[in-house]
Amino acid sequence: MKRTSINKLLLASLIVLSACALSGCGSKKGASTSDADTLTVLNYGKYIEPDVLTSFEKETGIKVNYEEYESPEEMYTKFTAGAIDYDLACTSEYMIERLIDEGYVKPIHYENIPHFSNIDQTYLDYSKAFDPENKYTIPYFFGTVGILYNKNMVDATKVHSWDILWDETYRDQIIMENSVRDSFIVPFKRLGYSVNTTDQSQMEEALDQLTAQKPLVYAYYVDESADEMIIEDASMALVYSGEAAYAQDYNENLDYVVPDEGSNMWIDSWFIPKTCKNESSAEKFLDYLCREDIAMQNFDYVYYATPNKAVYDALDPEIQENTTIFPTKETLDNCEMFTYLDNDATSRYNYLWKKLKSN
Amino acid sequence: MVKKSLSKIYMVLIFLFLYLPIAVLIVLSFNNSISRVHWGGFTLDWYRELFQSETIMSAFYTTLSITLISALVSTIIGTMAAIGISAMRKKGKAIMLGATNIPLLNADIVTGISLMLLFVRFTNLGMSTVLLAHITFNIPYVILNVMPKLNGLPQHTYEAALDLGATPAYAFYKIVWPDILPGVFSGFLMAMTMSLDDFSITYFTKGAGINTLSTMIYTQLRKGILPEMYALSTILFLIALLLLLLINYRSLEHPARHRKERK
Amino acid sequence: MSKRKRRLFAGPYMVWIIGFTVLPILMILYYAFTNADGSFTLSYLAGIGDPVHLKALLLSLRLAVECTVICLILSYPLAMILHGLNIKKQSFVVFIFVLPMWMNFMLRILAWQMLLANNGIINHLLNLLGLHSVRILNTPTAVVFGMVYDFLPFMILPIYNSMIRIRKDVIEAAKDLGANDRIVFFKIIVPMTMSGVISGITMVFVPALTSFVVSDLLGGGKVLLIGNVIEQSFMQGSEWNLGSGLSIVLMIFVIASMAFMNSHSKETEGTAVW
Repeated sequence: MKRTSINKLLLASLIVLSACALSGCGSKKGASTSDADTLTVLNYGKYIEPDVLTSFEKETGIKVNYEEYESPEEMYTKFTAGAIDYDLACTSEYMIERLIDEGYVKPIHYENIPHFSNIDQTYLDYSKAFDPENKYTIPYFFGTVGILYNKNMVDATKVHSWDILWDETYRDQIIMENSVRDSFIVPFKRLGYSVNTTDQSQMEEALDQLTAQKPLVYAYYVDESADEMIIEDASMALVYSGEAAYAQDYNENLDYVVPDEGSNMWIDSWFIPKTCKNESSAEKFLDYLCREDIAMQNFDYVYYATPNKAVYDALDPEIQENTTIFPTKETLDNCEMFTYLDNDATSRYNYLWKKLKSN
Repeated sequence: MVKKSLSKIYMVLIFLFLYLPIAVLIVLSFNNSISRVHWGGFTLDWYRELFQSETIMSAFYTTLSITLISALVSTIIGTMAAIGISAMRKKGKAIMLGATNIPLLNADIVTGISLMLLFVRFTNLGMSTVLLAHITFNIPYVILNVMPKLNGLPQHTYEAALDLGATPAYAFYKIVWPDILPGVFSGFLMAMTMSLDDFSITYFTKGAGINTLSTMIYTQLRKGILPEMYALSTILFLIALLLLLLINYRSLEHPARHRKERK
Repeated sequence: MSKRKRRLFAGPYMVWIIGFTVLPILMILYYAFTNADGSFTLSYLAGIGDPVHLKALLLSLRLAVECTVICLILSYPLAMILHGLNIKKQSFVVFIFVLPMWMNFMLRILAWQMLLANNGIINHLLNLLGLHSVRILNTPTAVVFGMVYDFLPFMILPIYNSMIRIRKDVIEAAKDLGANDRIVFFKIIVPMTMSGVISGITMVFVPALTSFVVSDLLGGGKVLLIGNVIEQSFMQGSEWNLGSGLSIVLMIFVIASMAFMNSHSKETEGTAVW
């Protein structure tokens, strides 16, 4: 009698253990990055044509573990938590600068990436702002930050200044970016400060402006803004140029402008982290992304400005001349890029952001 | 009479409240337009494309396997635990039930983060960490469902069976098991439901490239939900509807049948 | 099988509790009480005193209380109506309220976003009827609305469960002895469903107090709850220590409010969710 009950217990714990073991096996398959044929990639959400991943896997036999994030700050957390070893990552300029500075990034062997020659030198020059010797990164997409507005709802003569975002007439119709640094661009440029200031009094001044604006704001959104503008839920939104181009394709009443006071230019680039255990696969992936046909597929899907010259040259003149997608040189020169801020400044920014939200 | 129709209206309003968003999502799954507010005509395209989308299907399988495995494991551990706890003295019982309440009372976000902090220290995040986390928050639901059934058990029948020469195992299957089975069953279902609906805990404990439907939807929320997701949700909802109808019918109308199947 | 042996069955669970409930909490405690360099500090726990965080906590408390009260007001009469229907299969009632959960809750909340938007479906309908459109999306009201929607079943089910346990003859006996409907309600039904009400309040109040997704989706980034602050400390700001400190405070709040609830009811054990 005794024995049966003990046996039962043993059996039960055996089942439990084997279940755990089973799940453990599953994880090994999923998380191991050391396998020669898997590549763990970290990128913004919806920032690659899904077919590109499948065709890459088919062509090279390398399995891609693809992970997405939303904001550069979230990326930094995921990346530095150390819970996952990434082989390849893409993020925005200031975050790359920070990662380079903190020693997380490996130099790229460009000689192993033949299609790198497709990348326009102009944008490599812009990249020098965060990668001075052009040895760590490959630009992926770039653009500006500006106002997407509905011509039927907004006085088009006034959108050339950031002041319009403080105009009472548009109460409850304005969408701002739900990200610390992007939202601060607006008051900084309006006040004539640098977007990279760490001066507490300038930051506080900007916060006061944002606080004063908050009652007029319909919502702080990230990428939902484009959809909200398409369905005309709001009349103005602070957006990335690529989102604006996408929205314009669905609603012809929409237009995009980078205000005269200047704005922010951003470049999202790929880099190889030091945790990469599989450099040749990573290089293959980068080369694949630089290939004209693949870059074209990605451009069609993401619809942001591509630094890939081969793709640009193959585009319809109509798209080439679309200044929403491809900003003019004057616009770009009127824009300032983000540089990375130290921990202290970052946490001061985060705090001001929380202060704005809790108000 | 007035009272009766008033209460009917009230009930209808509450059901409308609960099911209106679901109706919206089902309608959207047939909407031939990417936009969420414009009706572009009826289509079945999203259902067709759904099965060709590798990312969605793999998220679906991940969700399914996490839901099933975690519900199963937690049902086993939870049922055993409930049997064990019910045999404990008052103090031990109180401690165990208190500990059981922790994951229930704790914010999802705190549970998720604390597990992440633990996992990050010892291992890579992956599918197994999500599973461990799900089992952890599922067990209490099983225990809470089984405990009341055990408490309501007539103590002496079991002892009488032993006195009459039944082995403990035999007595358990014949006397205890049939009575707690509905509790085990609803515990299992509850665990599955919670597991399927969970976002916060999965979000913090998942590894690279692993997506459940919830975490996938969360990343899509910003960039616009793929209409295929509406189609998948509709299918899932209908399957759940059928499944629950079936289970309801069987476990209530024919408890005896289950007993036989067990053997 | 003696009781002693039966206790052994709880063994795997005890191991599990130690490994995945106690240990993680110790981890959070460790982060909450140490600096980035590992030295002991109380500053992160004190972080709740910061006006910004305090404001978020107070707003969370306010919304959670509102949500719980609304859920209770909506659920109690509903449970009574359902009880009055004399449905033989009680699990069918459970099933109706659990079924929506099988559609992902974020999608359901998103559907509310579409329904409530400025240009949303509800406003379209209101305009068709010649009524004024409502503007509640991206306000705290919308967040409460979403939370009520999400948590309502957790209030209805325990109350309904406790109600069906009241035996009909008790009520009839009371009536025979001359009690009117009001007395029956206040002297029998209310006291006997108290345990259900208490577990309902627990099941609604706790997740409402700590949620961050609903406020994200229906608050339009304008409603900052304590859950959002914690989530952002971990995911955006890489301020894990602060996040842990605030989590501990939140935990204390939850436990304290539960202890308060429990002290007002003697018999809570055993009221299952369904």
